[in-house]
Amino acid sequence: MAVGPRVLEAAGLARPGRRSRLREWWEQEHIFGYGLIVPAVVLLVTLVGFPFGMAIWFSLSDYWVGSPGGFVGVANYRAILGNETFRQTVQNSFVFTGIALTLKIVLGVWLAMLLARNLSFKRVIRGIVLLPFVIPTALSTLAWLWMFDSLYSVVNWTAIRLHLINAPGPNWLGQSTYAMAAVITVNVWRGLPFFAIVVLAGLMTVPREYLEAAEVDGANSWRRFWHVTLPLIRPVLAVVILFSTVFTFADFNIVQVLTRGGPINTTHLFATLAYQVGLQGGNLGQGAAISLFIFPLLAMVVFFQLRYVRQE
Amino acid sequence: MALAGSRGVRIRSNIFAYANLAPYIFFVLFPFYFMVVTSFKSNAELYNLKSIPFWIQSGVVTDHYALLFQKTDFVTWMRNSLLVAIVATTVSVAISILAGYSLARLRFRGAASFGTAIFITYLVPPTLLFLPLSQVVVWLGVSDSISGLMLIYPTFLVPFCTWLLMGYFRTIPREVEECALVDGATRMQTLSKIVLPMAVPGIICAALFSFTLCWNEFTYALTFISQSAHKTAVVGVTSDLIRGDIYFWGSLMAGALLASIPIVIIYVLFLDYYVSGLTAGAVKG
Repeated sequence: MAVGPRVLEAAGLARPGRRSRLREWWEQEHIFGYGLIVPAVVLLVTLVGFPFGMAIWFSLSDYWVGSPGGFVGVANYRAILGNETFRQTVQNSFVFTGIALTLKIVLGVWLAMLLARNLSFKRVIRGIVLLPFVIPTALSTLAWLWMFDSLYSVVNWTAIRLHLINAPGPNWLGQSTYAMAAVITVNVWRGLPFFAIVVLAGLMTVPREYLEAAEVDGANSWRRFWHVTLPLIRPVLAVVILFSTVFTFADFNIVQVLTRGGPINTTHLFATLAYQVGLQGGNLGQGAAISLFIFPLLAMVVFFQLRYVRQE
Repeated sequence: MALAGSRGVRIRSNIFAYANLAPYIFFVLFPFYFMVVTSFKSNAELYNLKSIPFWIQSGVVTDHYALLFQKTDFVTWMRNSLLVAIVATTVSVAISILAGYSLARLRFRGAASFGTAIFITYLVPPTLLFLPLSQVVVWLGVSDSISGLMLIYPTFLVPFCTWLLMGYFRTIPREVEECALVDGATRMQTLSKIVLPMAVPGIICAALFSFTLCWNEFTYALTFISQSAHKTAVVGVTSDLIRGDIYFWGSLMAGALLASIPIVIIYVLFLDYYVSGLTAGAVKG
């Protein structure tokens, strides 16, 4: 250790004054420990904790952009709960999260099982699979916006040529059910790689012997998956599901680029509605109240996640 | 997974895997392919319902790229994205190294609770905080500027990087540090000269993820910035090439493609880091 002697020398030369006492104080494990986390704590308290408190204050006041308002109690919550658009948004959020998450879980596990095989070009295939997760979502969603165009949709063009549908085909982003399907499709397209790659890492930890023993016992591949693989990857799967629940529920990019919540608010999620009401409409109070509806789900996920970590 | 099975069985099951993967890979890649095709197609062909959308029939044109560079602030957007990503990443990784090392290695009261707090902030989605933060940047005088983004991005980068680095620091044997301390190195020297060199893979991983997250960030960049010259690439392309009801599809796709390329390059070069970071971030949770 080249630094050692030099430091001792320096310490020896230093007069036993304030400086060395300060150094001694700083060298204590707990002082040093607290010292190192100060920047992170300051950042997170001022720019995460404090804004969170502000969000709660906004939601309880009639705060508009440019005009700080006074305390109004639960008036904002009462207003949004009585609002048809908000109730539609609640329904959208659960439909969106429920369907997208189910598809990501089922397809993600399936994809991970396929990727776990010893295929040639394994690295290339994994690289491709992860691509939608890495590319800026707002930009790749633009490609989907173009693919779902009302007039030039390549999806419809293909389906019409293959005689699967009659011309002109659905207006993907202009009809509520189709728009929801489109938004879910893009979310699954983007989120599936995360599931697949993390579950794949979990699959790698499943001991081969277990599967071999099950096969010798005459278990078919479905039973081997259900009774051996699945219980062993359950912890990993649980973590991915919890993560994805929060980020799907709080999604903003895909809906904002694809539909902006339309048609007639049928694809609005809490985040996009909060953006529309709070920033475009300037009603920060109501906007904050809307975005805070993401919080109960977040709290639940944190609770389960922490309980799971403690069990480890 | 085929053990007693013969070579034939294994080959058959691999063919089954390829056959299943092929449609999925098509699904993954098609939007990107379609971006490329659209960006090089003439408007006449693009908006002709009789032409085949899958490839270019009437010649490759670069008009859409020309429009992007001549009629929009595309170059400025790219520069803004780069600046924001580099500054925010550097700051965040530095803060996270300190915090990650402290929480993973040093024993002091409350270390575990701080770790938990970091983890909770890691889960907080930007969409929960963007309204109050839009006011905070106004108060701090950094609204509508890239400095605002440089200031706010560490709020989601630091929790992520700290969490990731804590995992890496835990894998470094404690004895190495203890040796250095016994030899008279200060704690700071031990961290910078002994521990950091051993944690380089983790630091690269954290920096790569931070850079990608900054470059791709949409919610804050959209809500804090309104002047075109201050936009990041992702927001500039998605907002300035749509004027009312008019979509410049060719240029939109050209912009989306070019603004994705820096990330694709980094991704191709460091694929393994991405995979390990992704699984570490979630699995070690």
